[in-house]
Amino acid sequence: MTDIFKLLRGNPDDSDYKKKGVIVQGITGAYGSLHAKNMMAYGTNVVAGVTPGKGGQKFEGKVPIYNTVKEAVDASDAKISIIFVPAKFFLGAAKEALEAGIKLLVAIPEHVPIRDTMEVIDLANKKDAIIIGPNTPGVMIPELIKIGIMPPMPFKAGKIAVLSKSGTLLYEISDALTNAGFGQSITIGVGGDPINGTRMIDAFDMVKDIPDLEGLVVIGEIGGDSEEILAQRIIDIGFKKPTVAYIAGRSAPKEKRMGHAGAIVMGTYGSAESKVSMFNKANIPVANRPSQVPVLLAGKMQQSD
Amino acid sequence: MHLLEFQAKELFREYGINLLPSKASTTIEEGRKHAKELGYPFVIKIQVPVGGRGKAGGIQKCQNDDEFELKYPQVLGLTIKGEKARAILLEKMADIKKELYLSLFLNRSKRCYTIIASPEGGVEIESVKNQIIKEVGLGDVSEQVAREVAKEMKLEGTLADEFVDILQKLAKLTVEKESELTEINPLAIMQNGSLMALDGKFVTDDNSNFRHDELQKYQEKTEIEVRAEKSGFSLVELDGDIAVVGNGAGLVMSTLDMLSDNGGKPACFLDVGGGATTESVYEALTLISKMSRVKGILVNLYGGIVKTTVVAEAFLKAYDDNLINLPVFARLKGTESEKAKEMLKESRTKIYDSIEEAINAAVMGIKK
Repeated sequence: MTDIFKLLRGNPDDSDYKKKGVIVQGITGAYGSLHAKNMMAYGTNVVAGVTPGKGGQKFEGKVPIYNTVKEAVDASDAKISIIFVPAKFFLGAAKEALEAGIKLLVAIPEHVPIRDTMEVIDLANKKDAIIIGPNTPGVMIPELIKIGIMPPMPFKAGKIAVLSKSGTLLYEISDALTNAGFGQSITIGVGGDPINGTRMIDAFDMVKDIPDLEGLVVIGEIGGDSEEILAQRIIDIGFKKPTVAYIAGRSAPKEKRMGHAGAIVMGTYGSAESKVSMFNKANIPVANRPSQVPVLLAGKMQQSD
Repeated sequence: MHLLEFQAKELFREYGINLLPSKASTTIEEGRKHAKELGYPFVIKIQVPVGGRGKAGGIQKCQNDDEFELKYPQVLGLTIKGEKARAILLEKMADIKKELYLSLFLNRSKRCYTIIASPEGGVEIESVKNQIIKEVGLGDVSEQVAREVAKEMKLEGTLADEFVDILQKLAKLTVEKESELTEINPLAIMQNGSLMALDGKFVTDDNSNFRHDELQKYQEKTEIEVRAEKSGFSLVELDGDIAVVGNGAGLVMSTLDMLSDNGGKPACFLDVGGGATTESVYEALTLISKMSRVKGILVNLYGGIVKTTVVAEAFLKAYDDNLINLPVFARLKGTESEKAKEMLKESRTKIYDSIEEAINAAVMGIKK
């Protein structure tokens, strides 16, 4: 698997170490331009934008805009792109990015049809590229690079990896972690859709070998079985770093979609009970509420001392 | 969209999957006509978008007019798992030899479509040990793959041929209509040796609605849900008395959980989406004002960049316009929260520093 840190941060001998270039697809739209500005303010090196028909213009007076991703890649050599296009245009935009050689694609749009996501994942696998999302807040290494829509305040550089299906819960829980003195080494939003480019287990594989990792926080929710599979993997490989989970949707009625396309319990498939019991089996405490996460994490750290 | 049985069967019929004669009605007058056309005996089946109908008494055999007059209104009046009857399906009684199970579903962790088949049908598939599972990528099922499944099901001769045909039709339907789950349970072997779909379940991918005008007639939405969708909100109505509003599906689910843990009963799940503005919060309050069971509103907003004063303005405007006259218990994370508290001091909206405090106040306040 492609190393996500190599893509986000690079190696010390890279000329662009810690300032990897990022392309923004849909940079002139209301949403794309707002978050392009926010990412730049955070320190992300936005090197190009793409909006068909607006090639030749400049964004904020400095970032060149191209008509196609290929032109943007040729000019900037960027390997990362973030997509802000309406859901029905996602398939085309994502394929274009992968064909142009993008290796890390952050897919922000919500409401992408499942079939389109599956096609994009299929292509990404052939091209050895990573898709984060769709319906994700994005990915960030706090205080270094933000490729997404998350507000900056909750996050602080540190040594805890946070994986989340939800955006606002990622902010909420990272905020609580930061206040308790737990900064984050990386946060990955796997997204709230039924099919994810990077699944919980893939995100775990990306972070489990971080040399100075001190803990892991998993923010799940009802629907599917990605939390169960992750818990099984943690048991199988004997992962020993302090890990805490939170599962949203315990009180949700069955067979109802709770906001996220993926947050639905069908029969027993996707129930909170199933997830909680697998985490318990893996000796991972599950918080009852977001503010309890740092408390449980501190407890786990004491145990392992 | 979770289609009702008779709607799923309309699609099955369109794709050439064998069915028993059946007719759907919503009134007993209509039902009487159907009863005459079909002839006794038949089965009266409640149409609700949830499982477990048989156990709840929603499927009744009917032999004559007297039974019909008694049972039709009974079944029509049932509520199953909170769902009222949408219609009644009358279906000819079947002469069944054996019941099988067959479905195609979207396997989320493997990220592919998966066939599940079993020689034991008619019961919930989760409880069946003998399952044949086959991953089929983006959903194309070749004749060869279908034959393999038939063989594992130990079906032979014309029965195997018929099974292969149904499985391929089911797959075509699933792919073309972008379904997350297409299920025939039971798929019955009839006394005459043919195969028939006796029940049908069909769950479509709502995000592909824009490509499927032909399915929109099955869309079932209340006026409130239509308005919510227009504003980009997600709304699920529940049966409690405290409306729960927040931004982000995960955060709102989490708030429902904490409220329930503390003995509160949520009246709805309302996610106003990413950012919160005066307009979006005002529209959320408008929707809630249309739900008569609501006695109080619990608000949980994590506004990274949101100014809480902007949200406070929406509450003040809602009271000024007499839109709502309900207590609001709010936790607003964001900037200018001291100023927002000051603005709301004389109103029925109270702002709390933590969601735990807001929930406690809401549960206590509503009980009074």
